[in-house]
Amino acid sequence: MITLLLIFFPLIAALLLLSVKSEQAKNIAIAAAVAEFVIAIFALTQFQYNASIQFEVNYDWIKSVGISFHVGIDGISMLMVLLTSFLVPIIILTSINTHYKNANYFYALILAMQMALIGVFVSLDGFLFYVFWELALIPIYFICLLWGGENSAKITFKFFVYTLAGSLFMLGGLIYLYLHTAGLHSFNISALYAAGRSLDFVQQGYVFWAMFIAFAIKMPIFPFHTWQPDTYTVAPTQGTMMLSGIMLKMGTYGIIRWLLPIAPLGVEHWAYVAIALSVIGIVYASCIAIVQKDFKRLIAYSSIAHVGLISAGILAINVQGMQGAMVQMLSHGVNVVGLFFIVDIIQKRTNTREIATLGGIRNVNPQFAVLFLIVLLGSVALPLTNGFVGEFLLLNGVFQFNAWMTAFAGLSVILGAVYMLRSYQSIMLGETNLITSSFAPLSGNEKLVLVILSAAIIVFGIYPKPLLDIAAPAVNQLIEGVQIALVK
Amino acid sequence: MIKLVGLIPLLPLIGFVIIGLFGKKLSKSIVGLVGSGVIFGSFALALAIFFELKGGTQKEFTIDLFTWISAGKLSIPFSFLIDPLSSLFLLIITGIGFLIHLYSIGYMSHDEGFARFFAYLNLFIFFMLLLVLGSNYLIMFVGWEGVGLCSYLLIGFWFKNTAYNNAAKKAFIMNRIGDLGFLMGIILIFITFGSISYHEVFMQANSYSSGTPVLTVIALLLFVGAMGKSAQLPLYTWLPDAMAGPTPVSALIHAATMVTAGIYMIARSNILYSLSPVAMQTVAIVGACTALFAATIGLAQNDIKKVLAYSTVSQLGYMFLALGVGAYTGAVFHVMTHAFFKALLFLGAGSVIHAMGGEQDMRKMGGLKKYIPITHLTFLIGTLAIVGFPGFSGFFSKDEILAHAYENNKLLWVLGILTAAMTTFYMFRLYFLTFKGTFRGTHDQEHHLHESPKSMTIPLVILSMLAVVGGLIGIPEVLGGKHFLEEFLKPVFADSSSRIIFHLPESTEYMLMIVAVAVMATFLYSAYTVYVKNKTLPAAEGEELQPLHKLVYNKYWIDEIYETIITKPLNFISEALHKVVDNQIVDGIVNGIGYLVNWTSSTIRLAQTGNIGFYVFVMVISIVLILFTRLM
Amino acid sequence: MSIIQTIPIEWYLFLSTVLFAIGVFGVLFRRNAIIIFMSIELMLNAVNLLLVAFSSYLSDSKGQVFVFFIMAVAAAEVAVGLAILSMVYRNTNSPDINNLNKLKW
Repeated sequence: MITLLLIFFPLIAALLLLSVKSEQAKNIAIAAAVAEFVIAIFALTQFQYNASIQFEVNYDWIKSVGISFHVGIDGISMLMVLLTSFLVPIIILTSINTHYKNANYFYALILAMQMALIGVFVSLDGFLFYVFWELALIPIYFICLLWGGENSAKITFKFFVYTLAGSLFMLGGLIYLYLHTAGLHSFNISALYAAGRSLDFVQQGYVFWAMFIAFAIKMPIFPFHTWQPDTYTVAPTQGTMMLSGIMLKMGTYGIIRWLLPIAPLGVEHWAYVAIALSVIGIVYASCIAIVQKDFKRLIAYSSIAHVGLISAGILAINVQGMQGAMVQMLSHGVNVVGLFFIVDIIQKRTNTREIATLGGIRNVNPQFAVLFLIVLLGSVALPLTNGFVGEFLLLNGVFQFNAWMTAFAGLSVILGAVYMLRSYQSIMLGETNLITSSFAPLSGNEKLVLVILSAAIIVFGIYPKPLLDIAAPAVNQLIEGVQIALVK
Repeated sequence: MIKLVGLIPLLPLIGFVIIGLFGKKLSKSIVGLVGSGVIFGSFALALAIFFELKGGTQKEFTIDLFTWISAGKLSIPFSFLIDPLSSLFLLIITGIGFLIHLYSIGYMSHDEGFARFFAYLNLFIFFMLLLVLGSNYLIMFVGWEGVGLCSYLLIGFWFKNTAYNNAAKKAFIMNRIGDLGFLMGIILIFITFGSISYHEVFMQANSYSSGTPVLTVIALLLFVGAMGKSAQLPLYTWLPDAMAGPTPVSALIHAATMVTAGIYMIARSNILYSLSPVAMQTVAIVGACTALFAATIGLAQNDIKKVLAYSTVSQLGYMFLALGVGAYTGAVFHVMTHAFFKALLFLGAGSVIHAMGGEQDMRKMGGLKKYIPITHLTFLIGTLAIVGFPGFSGFFSKDEILAHAYENNKLLWVLGILTAAMTTFYMFRLYFLTFKGTFRGTHDQEHHLHESPKSMTIPLVILSMLAVVGGLIGIPEVLGGKHFLEEFLKPVFADSSSRIIFHLPESTEYMLMIVAVAVMATFLYSAYTVYVKNKTLPAAEGEELQPLHKLVYNKYWIDEIYETIITKPLNFISEALHKVVDNQIVDGIVNGIGYLVNWTSSTIRLAQTGNIGFYVFVMVISIVLILFTRLM
Repeated sequence: MSIIQTIPIEWYLFLSTVLFAIGVFGVLFRRNAIIIFMSIELMLNAVNLLLVAFSSYLSDSKGQVFVFFIMAVAAAEVAVGLAILSMVYRNTNSPDINNLNKLKW
């Protein structure tokens, strides 16, 4: 039952928000998001540390075609649910100083999106997964369209059509699998797993590409990434955070839950191509990030680099890579939300995101400089920050697949330092100028958010074991299952 | 006592947290007290552990704290290893660290970032201690990158200055290049041995036969890390730039401790190297070349700190030469003596700069002997130690390295001796230009000249004593000594020393010593002739130089070459990727598909003429066609 | 033997084919809406004729049922169609269908 609560509580809150005045919306939204987080924490306390699926709920939905409302939480889902319910209140909190028009609709959309995201992470039915997957797109489309910056109509349209087109491939793949299920056709996850594994490797290859393209567009992976920098740049800060912090993980989660176990032979057969794309994307995006002039855009590109490594680690099919991906998904969520918030703070005070025009903020606001530095270090994966744990495990996982690709992917360690330190120096260090000399101190909520995020960065860098432990049994089981399928 | 080893890194961390959080509210004296006090506490603990280890029979202790990362069969505990090697490094780090903290109280007393400085220094000591205490490669890596971070923060300590910031960034990025190699090495170690703890890895490695390719690859990857951190060719250019940081930082991080991390790492992994002759040769050659190369640059520099920086690079090369020829003890010995005399020289230089009111150009110094007598005396001792004057600490450690090099390969020995000759020349050039002759600065500067405060001179005096007697723990047997250090470190290098046997006739050893001393004396005299007797001065800025001199003076234009072949192409490629590949090609295809749909639609809709007759005509034709095909 | 069968079936086929063809060509080539309308009726009636003929020859009344259906539908169609036509005429002052070309790209 708690799963249902997790899914539908944000929706109820969202509906409630539609009926309240714009001014009250913020507080109600925060309260609802925090309550959701409390529910998630409660779920965690009830959670058994084994590989089984827990809090399972299974209702028939459209019985005649084998579609059911089947949801449940295992270790992998648990982490994603925690990430979502942790980040949404933070994201809402970042908007306290921003006064959006029709704020009640804005927050209602965010909460509606949270509902869809949680739904994606707990679905155990292919059709339901697809429904939530598409459902998540609608609120973010309106958030970006209505509250976005210049040229938002054109850019969000491209984003919408691009990701929608990708999802169609996935739908095709799911239906293809559905038609191969034994007996009465069903969209149930175990039926789809069995159906996928009954195919030969050529057919699995079709399924692989159909699903992988959908996930690759969502993450995004080179060369399906071009919607991303524009959309991230134009979206309102909270929209960008939702997109990069959580929505991006739909793609990586999709690979873990809906691709590896369904088409192991297909993955194995095409892993070289897919990992090569991911790894090329890492270096490619890092290089492009170096020459960005807009800080928000720079972070958008760095996000492509990070997610490429996650995808490569998952596709390498081993425990280290997969665990690394789990940790890195959480870390990336935390770090990227922090970075985008930093952009927001700077932009609010200086009305610019142009790296070259800023400078010397450290002189006026050392506190901000320290917090920025911590988030930055998490992002460049310095040891004892959360970024390092994931990155080390991921590189380890990819190394087991192919050493040269790892060396190439590892270039991001260097290039990441290059673009991050360059922009830090240009924004924070040096002498102040006209734009930055009156940089206002951090407000209470800004401090709170950055301190929470920094604490998360350091704590999970030093002691990531709780996170690793949650996912470990489920990950081990998944990898074992895939490896058995491969041996056959 | 050994149970308390966790406190050793914890104390500096506590210091960092206290100063970092409350530094602004505390007075400078309290900050100084806390900052140096915690290090002294660590030093006392390290001393106790050292004696316990020396007296006891068990030479290796592992203290587990908690499981850090685990995934599948990979399990990395956060645990510490105490053995002779790490305890020796603990002493060097905390001991010299404490002296430099003490010195900094005086040196930084007028700086507004006083608290920040001590916070960074404490953090640095914390990471450095992690580096040497870790019981597996990943903990070492934590410290490794952590000290890199502190180095970045401290080089760019005066963050308003763009040049300093650039130097800091350069140091961090160059270190990261090495770190990538190190990280790859660690992962390969895990894949090869299924573990990354020293104990497990070395035990398994011992059963491999010499020259196994995977061991060579591991050893070389680790060495890439060492090249970055310890500023070897070709990744050395960050270290001279790193002199942008305050002088105590140069002394602590960029001379005595952090840059020797690479030597520690290879000494720690000695068995992996002993099993891989190729890697050993590489280490020796890179070390010797760096030693010579940096020494030549040192000959023509005019900035007092730059000379010392190149001298550090050169001495680090010496240590790698030692490692490469299998003289692990010699390398560690030289790390120790070098820590003493180089820290002393840097602090001395700091004292000179302090007296000169921030001036670092030697062409504007001269005759400082009578103004700052304590600094002068200690500096002279440091100089004598570094050039290997008989009896001083540098003499013994250098001698050991050269003897091993001679046995391994005569050419390496020649390179070593050449380096020693140049070292003598540029160090005495530095000494004579600074302290002898007449004062060449402005009148204001002359008026300002004064000896440094007690908190600065006391560390100088202590270090100068260490620089004199430090060599006594490693007197070679031919001179009737009892190489104490070798005895102490024996358990660490046991597996390697059974593979690399060192044997040189006594007469040869005497001969080598005599040659070394003779070369040293010759070049000392020639430096004296040039700079004291003939009172030659280095060319002023803008003066036309001899081609060779120009080449060396401009540091072989290595920075410019890197700029041309790496930085600029990288920027160019990135720009091209962004403007052409990403915006035109990749995005172009996506937009192209969009345009294609638009174009197709707008073409097809032309069929929608609005003419009803046409529609009906098409309808009829279509019906006929359908009937035709169906009925045929 | 009904009166219908006094004429051979081929003649019915010829006649209704000719009538249908006249209807088709009328629709295709005339521009006056009324005439097009009448041509459609002609086609319908050609089919009706054939249905009745066959119904008689095969002694199956289903064909005649169809004819009644078609007549009913045609009546309804005439009602709607003439209404449209009168509206067209009122708006364009001509029964020419080529005036109705506004609905295009």
